[in-house]
Amino acid sequence: MASAFDYAPAPESRSVVDIAPSYGLFIDGEFVDAADGKVFKTVSPSTEEVLSEVAQAGSEDVDRAVKAARKAFEKWSALPGPERAKYLFRIARIIQERSRELAVLETLDNGKPIKETRDADLPLVAAHFFYYAGWADKLEHAGFGASPKPLGVAGQVIPWNFPLLMLAWKIAPALATGNTVVLKPAETTPLSALFFADICRQAGLPRGVVNILPGYGDTGAALVAHPDVDKVAFTGSTAVGKEIARTVAGTRKKVTLELGGKGANIVFDDAPIDQAVEGIVNGIFFNQGQVCCAGSRLLVQESIQDELLDSLKRRLSTLRLGDPLDKNTDIGAINSAEQLSRITSLVEKGAAEGAEPWSPECELPSSGYWFAPTLFTNVTQAHTIARDEIFGPVLSVLTFRTPDEAVAKANNTQYGLSAGIWTEKGSRILAVANKLRAGVVWSNTFNKFDPTSPFGGYKESGFGREGGRHGLEAYLDV
Amino acid sequence: MSERNDRLSVFKTYKLYVGGKFPRSESGRVYEVTDSKGRWLANAPQSSRKDARDAVVAARKAFGGWSGATAYNRGQVLYRVAEMLEGRKAQFVHEVADAEGLSKSRAAEQVEATIDRWVWYAGWTDKIAQVVGGGNPVAGPYFNLSSPEPTGVVAVLAPQESSFLGLVSVVAPVIATGNTAIVVASEKSPLPALSLGEVLATSDVPGGVVNVLSGRTAEIATPLASHQDVNAIDLAGADEVLAKELEIAAADNLKRVLRPQPVDNWSATPGIDRLTAFLETKTVWHPTGSLGASGSSY
Repeated sequence: MASAFDYAPAPESRSVVDIAPSYGLFIDGEFVDAADGKVFKTVSPSTEEVLSEVAQAGSEDVDRAVKAARKAFEKWSALPGPERAKYLFRIARIIQERSRELAVLETLDNGKPIKETRDADLPLVAAHFFYYAGWADKLEHAGFGASPKPLGVAGQVIPWNFPLLMLAWKIAPALATGNTVVLKPAETTPLSALFFADICRQAGLPRGVVNILPGYGDTGAALVAHPDVDKVAFTGSTAVGKEIARTVAGTRKKVTLELGGKGANIVFDDAPIDQAVEGIVNGIFFNQGQVCCAGSRLLVQESIQDELLDSLKRRLSTLRLGDPLDKNTDIGAINSAEQLSRITSLVEKGAAEGAEPWSPECELPSSGYWFAPTLFTNVTQAHTIARDEIFGPVLSVLTFRTPDEAVAKANNTQYGLSAGIWTEKGSRILAVANKLRAGVVWSNTFNKFDPTSPFGGYKESGFGREGGRHGLEAYLDV
Repeated sequence: MSERNDRLSVFKTYKLYVGGKFPRSESGRVYEVTDSKGRWLANAPQSSRKDARDAVVAARKAFGGWSGATAYNRGQVLYRVAEMLEGRKAQFVHEVADAEGLSKSRAAEQVEATIDRWVWYAGWTDKIAQVVGGGNPVAGPYFNLSSPEPTGVVAVLAPQESSFLGLVSVVAPVIATGNTAIVVASEKSPLPALSLGEVLATSDVPGGVVNVLSGRTAEIATPLASHQDVNAIDLAGADEVLAKELEIAAADNLKRVLRPQPVDNWSATPGIDRLTAFLETKTVWHPTGSLGASGSSY
């Protein structure tokens, strides 16, 4: 990278985390082998180094875990709210205490920069447990009736982009409302969930309340289909979400789905350009763009297109890609070879369809999975890269002339998860936000999260909300 | 009434209610509707897949205006429907008595409960946002507000047994919150639903906000459940087998599905579950801008 400033390497130490050579499934308070003895390896995406070998849960293990959760449910749900709250507060505190360790672990297993795990993921993980801990003894005030009841055993399947944060989003409200859980982390990022099992042990959480089953898609499918699971919570792709919706049809299972997105980041001609550029960068290059609510479509008012793009390109040229453990790194590794090839093929398709790719001068490390930050201009709404979720550091730039056109283009997608609005005019923000069909609208900011703030999609981005008071509903019999 | 026994009464041709108009089924089909004792009451239109699709187009077209209307305005319009219903009470008592085999007084109770139910929902239009929305105290300099919005076009399979109270109990909450609806009337007893269409047409409810179809529930519901421009479906009137089939079809575009809920007594206070079932939550973030020496900052 050509730059006036050279940074000395500032690596975070790996010594704070002790990764065992192998891990079992966490069932009924103990680490156990898979019934059929299957294991898989988890690698560090930035180096392809094998980090550990992890037991792979099969349907027999799913059954065992669900039974353990069912057994634990009776006592856990009967526990007085203030007692359940204290367990969650303990977990939150231990997460804070071990946050350095967990941040390094997550960076190793996921490939995202330490800057993000340390400053975004981990503080939010702890905050979610703190927030929902406080609900455990206040459920009768949550607006879901006088004594809302838990559902039972929650089967939860989470993705690899925010492994520990998605765990927190799923487990904290489930436990606060008195449910027990069986959670399947993604096959590429199982480690932080297994470390969380150890946190449950330290917190003295009763056996069987939390069970962790690493595995692939078939493990998740078995969990979702298990007849004794009362609640299914899934975060992941829209295609899998639809499959889950079909699986639970005709059953009593309650479902919430947090699925894909193709967020529009709308920049009006009176926007504060420098702040907008920061927001655009944050919107699509945070976590290498592997974010369901990423602002992957930039809608820029035609009159400021040139100025904005110049400024954006200048900013992209200063992003530092490389070792995720380096504290100066902005862009880490793509999570897996599979994801990298998906990004690559979509980007090739974008170019083949006539859009123009641009990337800053950028040297990619020789091992690991890497993709340079990329933006496409000359994009039309018909282009694949304007319609399909890429889930990588790739921004499609479209233009508009009037607010109505911006709204029409923003809404022209099967998704409806997030959107951004950049303008100095407050009334315009409110008018446009009103018309956008999206579950989260950021105005003059982007990609902000908070446990008190409901998050979730319209249309094919799924249903149900996580976070806030709304997030309790998914785990209560209401 | 008069003593003239020789006067022949005028029958009503029951028609669908779609886009504010009263078409016959495009298929040209009708089916025989009888009372509880098997006596012929009318030939109701037997809607086709095409009628269902036409109704979706009408409902989509009406969505922008209806969801964009103020909550106060929607409340006024719904209350106006109750006024019209009150004026036509006798007709509905007659139809409900025939449809459900009730005595005149039992039917009157049902109709009165139905009108009261409609009034109840009319009052909800401008309150639901305050009950289920709110400000979120996020840990940062942001103004953060969650508010409910209608899901969009909702297909409603009206309950099979309760031809009027059940019908209104599932339709009113859907439109009170700003959705538009395609209602599939009770298969056996569709006449009160078709007459409701006439009431809606004279009540300031914009055309297309409610569309009423009669016919075979399974035949009409199937294309609605798989329709890509329908956002949600209430399966109240589907049996177990059909409900499962429709829920699977609905997964294609991730429709919000309200599964059939056992309702023993439609007269009981309904709660807000049916209002919230067809709402989305939108959360809007905005920096509050901490004012520093350099002025506002983002």
